[in-house]
Amino acid sequence: MATQLRGLTNARARSIANQSHDRQHTTTQPSDDPLTRALGWASLGLGIPQLAAPGWFARFLGVGDGPRQRLATTVVGVRELAAAFGLLTRPAAGWLWARVAGDAMDLTLLGRALKNHDGRGRQRTVAATAAVVGITVVDLYAALTRSWKEQAVELTATTTVVSSPQEAYGFWRQLENLPTFMAHLEEVHQTGDRTSHWRVREPLGGVVEWDAEITLEIPGERISWKSTPNAAIPSEGTVRFVPAPGNRGTEIHVAMTYEMPAGKLGETVARFFGEEPHQQLDDDLRRLKQVLETGEVVRSEGAPGGKRARREFPQHPARPLTREEMEEEVYA
Amino acid sequence: MKANCWMGRNKVEVQEVPDPSLLNSRDAIVKITSTAICGSDLHLLDGYVPTMQKGDVMGHEFMGEVAEVGTGVAKDKLRPGDRVVVPFPIACGACLACRAQRYSCCDNSNPNAGLAEKMYGHPVAGIFGYSHLTGGFAGGQAQFARVPFADVGPLKIESDLADEQVLFLSDILPTGYMGAEMCDIEAGDVVAVWGAGPVGQFAMDSARVLGAAKVIAIDKEPYRLGLAERAGHTPLNFEEVDVRSALLELTGGRGPDNCIDAVGMEAVHGSSHLHAYDRIKQATRLETDRPYALRQAIMSCRSGGVVSVIGVYGGFIDKFPAGAWMNRAITLRTGQCHVQRYMKPLLNRIERGEIDPTRIITHRIPLDEAPHGYDIFKNKQDNCEKVVLKT
Repeated sequence: MATQLRGLTNARARSIANQSHDRQHTTTQPSDDPLTRALGWASLGLGIPQLAAPGWFARFLGVGDGPRQRLATTVVGVRELAAAFGLLTRPAAGWLWARVAGDAMDLTLLGRALKNHDGRGRQRTVAATAAVVGITVVDLYAALTRSWKEQAVELTATTTVVSSPQEAYGFWRQLENLPTFMAHLEEVHQTGDRTSHWRVREPLGGVVEWDAEITLEIPGERISWKSTPNAAIPSEGTVRFVPAPGNRGTEIHVAMTYEMPAGKLGETVARFFGEEPHQQLDDDLRRLKQVLETGEVVRSEGAPGGKRARREFPQHPARPLTREEMEEEVYA
Repeated sequence: MKANCWMGRNKVEVQEVPDPSLLNSRDAIVKITSTAICGSDLHLLDGYVPTMQKGDVMGHEFMGEVAEVGTGVAKDKLRPGDRVVVPFPIACGACLACRAQRYSCCDNSNPNAGLAEKMYGHPVAGIFGYSHLTGGFAGGQAQFARVPFADVGPLKIESDLADEQVLFLSDILPTGYMGAEMCDIEAGDVVAVWGAGPVGQFAMDSARVLGAAKVIAIDKEPYRLGLAERAGHTPLNFEEVDVRSALLELTGGRGPDNCIDAVGMEAVHGSSHLHAYDRIKQATRLETDRPYALRQAIMSCRSGGVVSVIGVYGGFIDKFPAGAWMNRAITLRTGQCHVQRYMKPLLNRIERGEIDPTRIITHRIPLDEAPHGYDIFKNKQDNCEKVVLKT
């Protein structure tokens, strides 16, 4: 699908990845994760006796073996087997969160049992509750840490500019030019033939710096780069310059991958603050096109900040800026 | 300076706002001498165009004298003191769209292109005073305006033509002309124009200039039909006659060869239940635009003809007669006007006396009275056809 869409567009930036968020993937598979597997086996170990002998299991917990207790035990058993099946065959953080939800349900049931207890086997119920509290802590820990895992975000975007591939390549290869159109990029300076230092402002205001190295350059055609191994946000990317058909200029295709800090959670937080990575890259390329074709990033009264303009709506009203607003938005 | 600002649905107000500043190197600041209220401003006033913000300066038809130019504007292009008419679409002149003279589709002039892309699939150019979807540019119903890409858009007026003779080169004259041009008029063609407002009147005049044998004006306001009739066009009042039958009558049963929709999203209709149907759907957001004129134009046009749409649509319509359109080989053509393409040739036509843009002006009032101008224009009071605001 991505290729088809790319084939249809020749004039403006478009994020192919907009349509395919599923292209993101976790870097380590939970199937290799011993804790996830252990919790899967624990679910299996509990689920089998709960289903095979619900009365015995309920008595063992000291909650009595009336029809309601048996039914509750059977339901919990089915749930445990489902969790075991999920964790052992299709491991994903979702199943760990399902276990946390199950724990909450168990604690509720046990809490009610303790409140209405007739006294027989009360100690066993108390012990079972304590055990479930312990398991909940482990489940919560596993769920949090496994969802927090860093994710590699893959982005692609493309635009067509009226210029030759050599000109567009030359502009990009002069890496100091990149901050003129890339919203978050504060500064790039070349530290050697192929090495450079990058400084980026994060959505929440922090600054991240790293070194990068050009791994491949074919003048007029392609540049590939990769961050050096100690980078805080590992990233790599390729930009290709392809002549557009019929003298329509040059197609610029960007593909990049970076490790999203704090994974999905980080992305959600960033989005809340109006930062959507696909849209960001689209907008970056739109501004690149403006710079290459018109000389600078276009500003309006509504979006006076040029590349620093974040929000599309609402924004500054479409009316001239005061002196103070000019100082803050335009001259800063 | 003083500027006419959008302050919410059905509310505009002349306010004191800061003077404009240069934001880009190819900007100019223009001291405005004449400006006008456009029919499409009423769509903004009525709240049918999304992304308006309280305090936005309105207006996209203006002219004046260059007061200041940025460092990126070459001296031979524009300099302080030049008298200019400013086209309403903002265009860079360099992108593929501009090179193909599709200026209103400029790739580079809309800083909110991402927003427009979400709404329309692909971005649209920046437009002065016309919502944030088209860039959030302050408009020209003011004493001064900032004009981006000043070396591309503004047309210098070097003759002694009065403001009123050239002001409408900013929008409505080229828009009406493009509406007629898109019809590919051949000798003997009958052209029917829905809407006898300012753009409709200029579409009629242009159709005649381009060789139409007969031009039919469809509206319900007697004073607007009278204006068209005095200019030599055939009036047709849709409140008094059935439009389709009347058009057949006027064309020997052939139907008009070409139809121009100069009405757009807020059409009214002679049949009250049909109008109520679309009005309710629009009010409940089941459709954003009332497409009555467009439907009727398609149904009325002869097979193989052109339906040219210059009335403004903003979103989605309902009950589009796709069967008639497809089976009868009708060509639909449309677009915001590529004003820059038409300004110079139309200036020449004005100078040669082929078109008289001043014939539609009914009201000349000070900028301070802009809200009153909106009021009479919207409610068709005092035979209001076109309001020119003087600063």
